Amino acid sequence: MTEAIIQRARGAQPKKKSEFVRVLKQLSYNRGAMLGLCIFVLELVIILLAPILAPYDYAAMSSAIREGPSLAHLCGTDDLGRDILSRILYGGRYSITMGIFSVMIAVVFSSVIGSIAGYFGGRVDNIIMRILDVIQSLPGMLLTIVMSAVLGSGYFNTILALSVNCIPGQARMLRAQMMKNRDAEYVEASQSINCSRLRIIAVHLFPNSFSPLIVQMTMGVANMILMASSLSFIGLGVQPPAPEWGAMLAGSREFFRSSPHMVVFPGLAIAITILALNLLGDGLRDALDPKLKK
Amino acid sequence: MSVPVIEAKRLKKYFPTHGGILHAVDDVTLKIERGTTLGVVGESGCGKSTLGRTIIRLLERTDGQILLNGEDISELKGKKLRQAREKMQIIFQDPYSSIDPRKTVEATVCEPLKVSKRYSKKQIDQISDELMELVGIDHRLRVSYPHELDGGRRQRVGIARALALNPDFVVCDEPVSALDVSIQAQVLNLLQDLQEKRGLTYMFITHNLSVVRHISDQICVMYLGQIVEMCTTKELFTRPLHPYTKALFSAIPSTDIHSPHKPEILEGELSSPINPKPGCRFAARCKYANEACLQPQSQEEISPGHIVRCCRVHEIN
Amino acid sequence: MDNLENKSPFLEIRGLTVEYFSKETVVHAVNSVDLTLEKGRTLGLVGETGAGKTTIAKSILRILPDVGARIVSGDIFLEGTDISKIPEPEMRKIRGQKISMIFQDPMTALNPVQTVGSQIEEVVALHNAGSKAEFRRRAEEMLELVGIPKERYSDYPHQFSGGMKQRVVIAIALACNPELLLADEPTTALDVTIQAQVLQLISQLRERLGTSMILITHDMGVVATFCDYVAVVYAGSIVEYGTKEQLFDHYQHPYTTGLFGAIPNMSLDEDRLHPIEGLPPDPTDLPKGCAFWPRCKYATERCKQEKIEMTVTSDGHLCRCCNLDLLSQEGAI
Repeated sequence: MTEAIIQRARGAQPKKKSEFVRVLKQLSYNRGAMLGLCIFVLELVIILLAPILAPYDYAAMSSAIREGPSLAHLCGTDDLGRDILSRILYGGRYSITMGIFSVMIAVVFSSVIGSIAGYFGGRVDNIIMRILDVIQSLPGMLLTIVMSAVLGSGYFNTILALSVNCIPGQARMLRAQMMKNRDAEYVEASQSINCSRLRIIAVHLFPNSFSPLIVQMTMGVANMILMASSLSFIGLGVQPPAPEWGAMLAGSREFFRSSPHMVVFPGLAIAITILALNLLGDGLRDALDPKLKK
Repeated sequence: MSVPVIEAKRLKKYFPTHGGILHAVDDVTLKIERGTTLGVVGESGCGKSTLGRTIIRLLERTDGQILLNGEDISELKGKKLRQAREKMQIIFQDPYSSIDPRKTVEATVCEPLKVSKRYSKKQIDQISDELMELVGIDHRLRVSYPHELDGGRRQRVGIARALALNPDFVVCDEPVSALDVSIQAQVLNLLQDLQEKRGLTYMFITHNLSVVRHISDQICVMYLGQIVEMCTTKELFTRPLHPYTKALFSAIPSTDIHSPHKPEILEGELSSPINPKPGCRFAARCKYANEACLQPQSQEEISPGHIVRCCRVHEIN
Repeated sequence: MDNLENKSPFLEIRGLTVEYFSKETVVHAVNSVDLTLEKGRTLGLVGETGAGKTTIAKSILRILPDVGARIVSGDIFLEGTDISKIPEPEMRKIRGQKISMIFQDPMTALNPVQTVGSQIEEVVALHNAGSKAEFRRRAEEMLELVGIPKERYSDYPHQFSGGMKQRVVIAIALACNPELLLADEPTTALDVTIQAQVLQLISQLRERLGTSMILITHDMGVVATFCDYVAVVYAGSIVEYGTKEQLFDHYQHPYTTGLFGAIPNMSLDEDRLHPIEGLPPDPTDLPKGCAFWPRCKYATERCKQEKIEMTVTSDGHLCRCCNLDLLSQEGAI
C-alpha cells in the first residue's frame, strides 16, 4: 500500500499544505457536501440582499388576505395581507443566524466543559455531570423560557437562551469520546515527550474526539430554529412583526386547512436550510477525518 | 567503572483495585550500563511493561529509587522532571495506536522538538529531516498520515519521535511484536544500528525469547512482578537456572525437526498478582516446589552477574 | 499432489480464487490455490498477514462475508463431494459437524453474554437429535476433555483467562467430533507457556479422534512440531508445498528462504537478521507475473512477465519458481 503512495508521489515534491486547504479539497470531492454548501451560501447571499430582492416591505399589510400564490405574490399572503416571500427573505436573517450563532456559542462552552470532564474524570467529572444532569432534566422549552425571561426578549438574548439548551448534550457527547480516547497510546506518548496537559487535550484529544459533534451541531441548528419559533409564539424571543420563520409557521397553524401555502413556504425554507446544513455537516465530518482521505 | 545509565533499587509499583492491591512490579533491582541492552522477558501479567513505564516516570512509583546517570530522579518535579524525561524515551508496541491518527508523520516527529521550546523552526525542520533519514522514512512520506503507512513504517515514525530529543535511554516496549516476521527483522536491525550510531542504552521488553537473544547483552526474566533470573544473554541461553526460565525455554516449539523435544508443560494458570501471598509466586506451578518455597524468597548471586530468585536453585541444578 | 496408498484425498481444493470487492477496488485475496489433505494428517498453512490463509479456511467453510466477498472459481472436494457448490441448508449440516473452525482471537470468538456451557451445548443441539439433558451432558464432557472443571458450565467468558477461553473455543469446535478441523492461528494471542498447553491439548485430541487438521500459523516452530505437510502462502498463491522434512531441510522458493532467514533463530548465534527487502504487494494491484519478483534477488524477465506454474522437484515437493536451476547453480538451494 505504501509503495503505491510512494510511486504516486515520485517526482512530486510534497507541498506543505495547510490543514484548512486540505479539508476544503477533501470537501470538494463530496458531491452532497458541495450541494449543501452551495445551497447554504446561496441562502446567505439571498438574506444579505433581502432589501433588494424582496418585492414588498415585510411588515406592509394589505387587503389581500390569505391569498394563494399568484404573480403579484409568489408565495401568497398571510392573514394580515403581508407578502410571504418578502417575509421569508427577511426572516432568514433572523432564523438562520439565530440557529447558527446559538449552536456555535454552545459549542465553545460544551467543548471546554466536556474536555475537562472527559480528561480529568473522577470528582471533577462527577460534579460537572451532575450539574449538566440538572440542566438536562428541565424540559428544554421551560429552561429556555426561564433564561429568556431573565435575560429579556430580543435578538441577542434569545441566542444566549437558546444556546443553553445545546450545551449539556454536546458536552456529554464530547466527554464520552474524550474518555474513550484518553487511554490511547498516543496520549501516553505525548506525556513521554513532555506535552503539557493543555496541549494534550487541545492538540491531540480534542481533534480526535470532535467529529460526532459536527453532525450533532447541524441537527442542533435545526432544533434551534424551531425552538426560536416557539419562543416567538409565546411572546418571548424575537417580537412581531419580525418575520422569523418559526414564528411564521406557528402563526399559520390555524390556517393550515384553508390556506396551506402559509405553512408550506416557511416550512420549506426551514427544511431546505436544515437539509443543506446536514449535507454540509456530514461532508465536513468526513473531510476532517484523515482516514477517509481520497 | 562508569556510572550505569539506569539503575533501579527495590522498585515497586502497586495499583489499588476493588479486590485489593495489585503488585505489578515488586522489589525490582537492576542496572543498565551505557550502550548496552537489557532484555526484559516474561509473559502477560509479569509487569514488564509497567516496569519500563515506571522507570521513565510515565507512571509514578510506589516505592524504591530510580537513578538516571547516577542522579536520583524518583522524586523530581516540574522543570527538572521535564529535563530528565528528555533523556529517557519510549517506543510503543502498537504502531497503530501510538501515533496520533490525525497528525502527519512530520507533525509527530517534530512535536517533541516543538514542545521543548529550545529549537527554532529552521532547526526543527533540519533535525526532523535528519531523523527521518536516520530511521529510513522516505522524505516524500513526510506529509502522509499514519493510516496510509504499513506497520513497519509507522514503527519507524515512533522510533524517530523517540530519538528526537537525543535521549540516553530508550525503553522499547515490544516494538516488533505487532509486525510481520519479515518486517520485524528490518526494524530490529534498525534498532541495533541506531544503538551503535547514537550510543543508546535500551531496555528491550518482549515475550519472544528468540528476538531478545539477538538484541540483548543482559536479560532478566520476570514473573508476576518479580525478577526471577538475571544474567548475560549467553549465560541465560546456555545455563538457565530458575525453573520458570527453564519451562519458558522448554515451551517454545523448536524449528529443528530432527531433534524435537518434549515441552515441559506447566500446569495451571498464573496466580493472581492481587494481594499475593509471601513466598515464591511460581511455587503453585513449579514441579520442584516444597515447604521452603512458601517462605519469602530473595535474590541470590549464584555466579558473578547471574542472579536467581529461588531457594532450591542449588539442588535443582 | 501427494497421493499415499492411492486413496483419493480427504480434502481436495482445486483452483480456488477468492476476491473481496468494494465500489472502487478489488482485492485478489486468493489466486488459484490447489491443496490436498489426507485423512488424519495435518497441513500447515504458513505466511504473513494478508497472504490469504484465513480466506482459504473461510472459503472451505463458506463463511466469507455475504457482501463484498465472492468465490470467483474453484472446487472444494470433501471426500469426493464438492462442498463449494452444495446448497446452503446442506452446508449448514456440515459446519460444526464435519468441519469445524478454531478462530484466532479467543477474546472475541466467544459470545460475551452467553455462558460457556450453553455455547458448547448450542453446537451439539444444532447437529444432533436428543434431549436437553443429553446435550448438557455432552457439553460437560467436552469441558472436562479440554481441562475445564464442569462446574464452570455456567460461567461467562469474561470470567476466564485467555488460555481457558481458547480451550472453550476448542471444546466448541470439537463438540461434534468433526473430521476436519481448521485452526486459524489458535495460539498466536496466547503466552508461550499457555501456547504449549493448548497445542498439546489439540495434539492429544487430534490423536484420539483421528481428526484431520489445517493449521494456519506464521510460527515455524509450531509448524515443525505439529504439521505433516506444509504449504507456504504468498499474495494469495501457494509458492511452495511439501512434507515437513522436504520444506525444512530442502526449502527452495526464495520467499521461503527469506522467511527462514528473517526468523531469529534460537540456536544460531547471528549478529544481524536477514530481512526480506521491501514490502508485501498491494493485493489490489498485484504485480504481473510472479507475485514475489519485486523482492526477489534472482528475478528475471520471465519472472516479471509470465504466470509461473508449480514445478515438481521431488516426490510431492512443489515449488512455484521458474529459476530453480539458477538457484541451485548459485548455491542458494
